[in-house]
Amino acid sequence: MTGSEENADTGAAAGRGGTALRVDDLAVVGHPSEVEIISGVSLTLERGHILGLVGESGSGKTTLGLSLLAHCKRATEVSHGTIEVSGNALTGLGEKEVRRLRGRAVAYIPQSPASALNPALRLRTQLTEALHEWDEQERGPRADRVREVLREVALPDDDAFLARYPHQLSGGQQQRVAIAMAFAGYPDVIVMDEPTTGLDVTTQAHVLQTIRSMTRDYGTAGVYISHDMAVVADLADDIAVMYKGEVVERGAAARVLAEPEHPYTRRLLRAVPLLRTEGHPEPEELPEAPVLELSGVQAGYGRTIVLRDIDLEVRRGECVALLGESGSGKTTLSRSVAGLHTQFSGGMVFDGEVLARSSYRRTPEQRRRVQYIFQNPYEALNPRKRVRELILAPYTHLAGKPKDPDAVVARALERAALPASYAARYPEQLSGGERQRVSIARAISTSPDLLICDEITSALDVSVQAEIVELLRNLQDGGMALLFVTHNIALVSNIAQKVAVLNKGEIVEHGHVGEVMARPRHGYTRALIADTPDFELSLPPSDADLQAPEAAGQ
Amino acid sequence: MSTADTASGAAPAAPVRRPGLLRTAWRFHRTKIGVVLAGAVLLVAAAGPFLSPFSPTEGAGMPNSASAAGTLFGTDEVGRDVFSRFLHGGYTLVTIAVASALAGVAAGAVFGIVAGYLRNWADELIMRTNDMLLAFPQLVLALLLLSILGPKVWLIVAIIALSHANRVARVTREATLKVVEQDFVKSAEAIGVPRWRIMAAEILPNITSPLLVELGLRITYSVGTIATLSFLGMGLQPPQADWGLMINEGRTAITIQPWAVVLPVTAVAVLTIGANLITDGLSRASIGIDRGVEK
Repeated sequence: MTGSEENADTGAAAGRGGTALRVDDLAVVGHPSEVEIISGVSLTLERGHILGLVGESGSGKTTLGLSLLAHCKRATEVSHGTIEVSGNALTGLGEKEVRRLRGRAVAYIPQSPASALNPALRLRTQLTEALHEWDEQERGPRADRVREVLREVALPDDDAFLARYPHQLSGGQQQRVAIAMAFAGYPDVIVMDEPTTGLDVTTQAHVLQTIRSMTRDYGTAGVYISHDMAVVADLADDIAVMYKGEVVERGAAARVLAEPEHPYTRRLLRAVPLLRTEGHPEPEELPEAPVLELSGVQAGYGRTIVLRDIDLEVRRGECVALLGESGSGKTTLSRSVAGLHTQFSGGMVFDGEVLARSSYRRTPEQRRRVQYIFQNPYEALNPRKRVRELILAPYTHLAGKPKDPDAVVARALERAALPASYAARYPEQLSGGERQRVSIARAISTSPDLLICDEITSALDVSVQAEIVELLRNLQDGGMALLFVTHNIALVSNIAQKVAVLNKGEIVEHGHVGEVMARPRHGYTRALIADTPDFELSLPPSDADLQAPEAAGQ
Repeated sequence: MSTADTASGAAPAAPVRRPGLLRTAWRFHRTKIGVVLAGAVLLVAAAGPFLSPFSPTEGAGMPNSASAAGTLFGTDEVGRDVFSRFLHGGYTLVTIAVASALAGVAAGAVFGIVAGYLRNWADELIMRTNDMLLAFPQLVLALLLLSILGPKVWLIVAIIALSHANRVARVTREATLKVVEQDFVKSAEAIGVPRWRIMAAEILPNITSPLLVELGLRITYSVGTIATLSFLGMGLQPPQADWGLMINEGRTAITIQPWAVVLPVTAVAVLTIGANLITDGLSRASIGIDRGVEK
């Protein structure tokens, strides 16, 4: 249905046409609660097409993706519906028959290549394993096929490379090996579960390019699971939007992006940060001294130096973004400012006073005024404490015992846009976005002057990310200075006034956001901007659907 | 916007918390069976002294008679009632076992958390001392100290607790290392919370699951060690009633009066199996086997 509408424009694949995948009224339930994790899902997909399956975490994307492989996670099972791959029903088959079909009819590219490849096996062994149903009589030796598929994903095919172990490859190479494994057996359908999430933008661009050309050349139908609308807009022919276990909208990509029908789709689209904004009004340089001033900071671990000659200033009410890919040293820098990383030299002045290296050597007042928010909200809150305690304990430690503790907690929660009743909850009763809000509430309860945000949205869905950014903007309007560490260039445009681009431990470009985005001077910045999937929103800017009450609760 | 909605409007009902470790463990059949088995033995040990028909040290008939008049399981080699001695003999064993396991786990947890969190010379000192003690066979060490200082109850508790502490410290240190890497510990460090309070308030509550499992295991091992020491004559001394001692005293006449051995052996075995089943249930619950889909 969705695929047949635009069967014509896919070149090579069109010749091999036909439906590769048909899912009809599929439901998966979990035991022992009998909750329907996904329900009433119907999909069709043509050969050579890619279906983008989008939705936030917990919407059932992965469950659906795995069920296409006739695999269900522990304590779940397909309760209803059928899955057909090239006309063969997958549902109702025995374990042995399913195993024969995997890799040949359906293949899978997992989210994290590092954990998907067996660290104890050489690449040759792993790639050959993927050809377990390969008929050597008919199709030639397996070894030849392995080399061929490696060439196709633009990796070396020599013996030295085949003899390597996964840890000897970069993240992007590992993911391309995973792609090669999946495509090796000429599958009809390939399921990709957020295969670029852990990769930086440059590598992501390469991997997406590989996926695109491989599906076209092989006439394989691809199901690409992601929460990143920008990537899906770039890659997919069709889009299916999942929300609370159901497909709420599906259709050709161009149509869904231009004229979304379902309110949730619209909300998802609007949450995607735009790469190029007009830039914020350039604030005049105030004469007052900066809150934080770094000069010639050099930091490292043991003898390895990861940061060199860092000069940076953050003023009141200003947000400075620190942009860099993994390994650029951005977290080391932010942890040094927070007093968690002590192996650094150079000047670090906070409001006119030199900051000691370790947080334990700093004055209580300095510790109160510099607060840090962590990347992963699932690890930043002690799971054994209630929200009330999580906020009160640091508050009491830094600002003394409050006269009215409930008021302190309520005020902090309110500033983080959470209801006061959340004080009684434990972290596990909160969603990822809510946890991050609690982290923010904890950090701002003592009214700090400098807030360091270390990739605080990278573990969150796009829609939640937009809300957190909004929240930070409000805090900034209240006079708080922000040091916003991120690898997401699109976010920088949306929150920061100034940006410092960090490459291999050095700041290669520094200036106002509008200027850097519009006229990047350094080659590295230009490459970063070029590799980021650009996403132009064609929706009218305001819509009543934005008021959907579930937005914060997910 | 949506954010304001949640802030001002009524909060949605809180999702149900996942049941705690103990409740999850209780769902396994093995845990229930374990509780019944261990509970039965503990009941015998606790209530036994009040129910026994004879004093554990008074003569009740001819020695080594399996069917002496007025006794349920006959008499032992000096004519005391086997059943009465059995009822009296569990109390000391269980008390010593629980006390030494508690002391050992507590000490081991302290050493393990300190070593795992500080990761400096204290870690080296604690863990290397630990390795030295671990290299020494547990039973030989116990026999050596007991033969020098004499078999005293407090010494038995201390020796067994020490040998537990080594092993618990290793486990605790590993569990601590996992918790220390998490950001909530860093968050407390960033605002300068004292180290001891981080260990007590942030780390300890997050390693209770492995500690509970250890406690169960250590009680079991204590029972075995105490019974062994008594059997070797280095534990409790005659004429005191004790299961380990009874096995030792009764073994020579096992063919004519098997009850003097069978009763205490069964009790020790049932207690050990029961405690192991409970521990197994706890550890399954803590690693989340068979959790299924809830909510």
